[in-house]
Amino acid sequence: MPASGPTSPADSTLRAPDPPRQDDPPRRRRGTRSVRAREDRRAGYLLISPTAVIVFVMVVLPILWTVSLAFQDVRLLNLSTAGIIGDYSLDNFTEVVTSPGFIDALVTTMVYSVLGTACAIGLGLVAALALRAPFRGRGLVRACMLIPYVAPVVAATFVWKTMLNPQFGVVNHYGTTLLGWDDPIAFLSSAQPVSLFGIQTHVSVSLLTVILFEGWRSFPFAFLFITARMQAIPESLEEAAMVDGAAPSQRFRYIVLPQLLPTLAVLTVLRFIWTFNNFDDIYLLTGGGSGTQVVAVRVYDYLINRGDIGAAAAQALVLAAILAILVTIYLKFFGRSEEML
Amino acid sequence: MSRVSRDHVERKVFGVLRRVVIFLLLLVCLFPFYYMAFLSFRPLDAVLQDPGALVPKPGEIDFGTYKEVLTSTENGGQGFMTFIRNSSIVAVSTVVLALLVSIPGAYAVSRLDFFGRRQISAVFLGVYFFPAILLAIPLFVFFTRIGQRGTLSGLVVVYVAQVAAVSIYMLRNYFDTIPASLEEAAAIDGCTRLQAMRHISLPLALPAIASNALFVFMIAWNEFLFALLFLVENRSKWTVSLGLSQLSGSIEVPTTVLMAGSVILTVPIIVLFFLSERWLAGGLTAGAEKG
Repeated sequence: MPASGPTSPADSTLRAPDPPRQDDPPRRRRGTRSVRAREDRRAGYLLISPTAVIVFVMVVLPILWTVSLAFQDVRLLNLSTAGIIGDYSLDNFTEVVTSPGFIDALVTTMVYSVLGTACAIGLGLVAALALRAPFRGRGLVRACMLIPYVAPVVAATFVWKTMLNPQFGVVNHYGTTLLGWDDPIAFLSSAQPVSLFGIQTHVSVSLLTVILFEGWRSFPFAFLFITARMQAIPESLEEAAMVDGAAPSQRFRYIVLPQLLPTLAVLTVLRFIWTFNNFDDIYLLTGGGSGTQVVAVRVYDYLINRGDIGAAAAQALVLAAILAILVTIYLKFFGRSEEML
Repeated sequence: MSRVSRDHVERKVFGVLRRVVIFLLLLVCLFPFYYMAFLSFRPLDAVLQDPGALVPKPGEIDFGTYKEVLTSTENGGQGFMTFIRNSSIVAVSTVVLALLVSIPGAYAVSRLDFFGRRQISAVFLGVYFFPAILLAIPLFVFFTRIGQRGTLSGLVVVYVAQVAAVSIYMLRNYFDTIPASLEEAAAIDGCTRLQAMRHISLPLALPAIASNALFVFMIAWNEFLFALLFLVENRSKWTVSLGLSQLSGSIEVPTTVLMAGSVILTVPIIVLFFLSERWLAGGLTAGAEKG
């Protein structure tokens, strides 16, 4: 086989469009290459197949099965007799969508996702900016800021529940003794709506608390992404702005922020999807009570407490469909501008 | 002139603000975990009488909570030893199986040209955006039907499927950084593709594989929803996460004892995190620069 390096003079002639060169040596080379390619292809299928099989059986099939279940009357009690083929109907969907509390749960999910995402990204941005300039021990501080994100969710929710406990929680203790609250606040079981400038909002005290928890728990993720992106901003840009006399806030507004926008857009999608689907945090903090019932928790309630598998599946599908629509709309509106930046 | 003074003022203000923000963030991030550890050493009476205490008083430190939480239920404890065992079995098996599946997969996606290679990672990742609760329904039904719902092995299979996509994604990024010329050189020396993979690329990818293993371990150790759905009926099969969440609902178990349980649940993760923090942070944000 002729070993032609990219710099050899013969190579530069090879670059020209070369139908007459379709003769012996290249063809032989192509022949051995295609053997190699065929081997590679076979090895590729062989190596990817375990993953493909397990993802197909444990993820793709179940998704399809959910679709099937959503159109059938399946309950925990008649589970053993239910099959793939049954009486298909839209009953579950009508039941779920018209049931009391569904629209409420949907609104709660939206509020929770939007505010939770905003909270996490806002805090992440503030943290990334605060830790931008190097100082002694910055690595350690950065690592500490990731702890809420990596800590087990059950432990994190439990310690929050204890801290916010109205009887012996440390927050209420200092709130009443130092901050002059009249009564301890039942952060996780108060359905009282929060009023903003005298306007009653959909947000209950408990919902606000779980939103803050979401911000606390997820901001490290945003912080990591934003920090990584900030490190890639060329220093010369800001130095030039500094020479021109731009103050720190101006440098942020006109230099740093535009560079961060694409990252922030991606982060928004990711965090929104994950918050929208979130089950653990709310289930563990409030159990879905006092104005915090999001759709994911409602699905669980239908599945386990009511044993109505069909309705649970229908509800989960509605959740996924709404999410898909929202993300599509978002990408339609912001995808374009993102490319332009 | 005014611009200079604005610059000056802002530098002063942001300089102070920065310190305040860093301090507050550290407080918010670390205090809950400090409080967790602190409460786990206090007797319950002391907590109820003096809820505002933030530093241990001399003579008040009590290891009884740990003893109670770890002792088996037959001996009047909470049986966390069993939960730790279950969690370890689940997490370690998930790591081993996930790596067995995803190392070859990641290698294939990174190196080998086969039909659908580009699409397959997109499909895997796309699947990842479905709500876990949507997957939970059919898996719950399926494992109930085949009578495997209360078993740890059923849970492990579900976890492997859940982490495979991310695992392949992380490992593929690393394989991409290993020059293909190394393997080509081995091929000239007569190595087959699989031999080249085993003897050249795999040893080079060990750091990535190790950090991926830790990452998967943390996911499996922390997971809650599937553990709840699959194992809740059988206490002897509970994981630490599930055990803590179930017991925290009952009034009979003192909060301080459960705090000891929380510490037991959290400490392995924090330790692993600090061991692997450098690699993990890099792995999580790989590709972020591209926007």
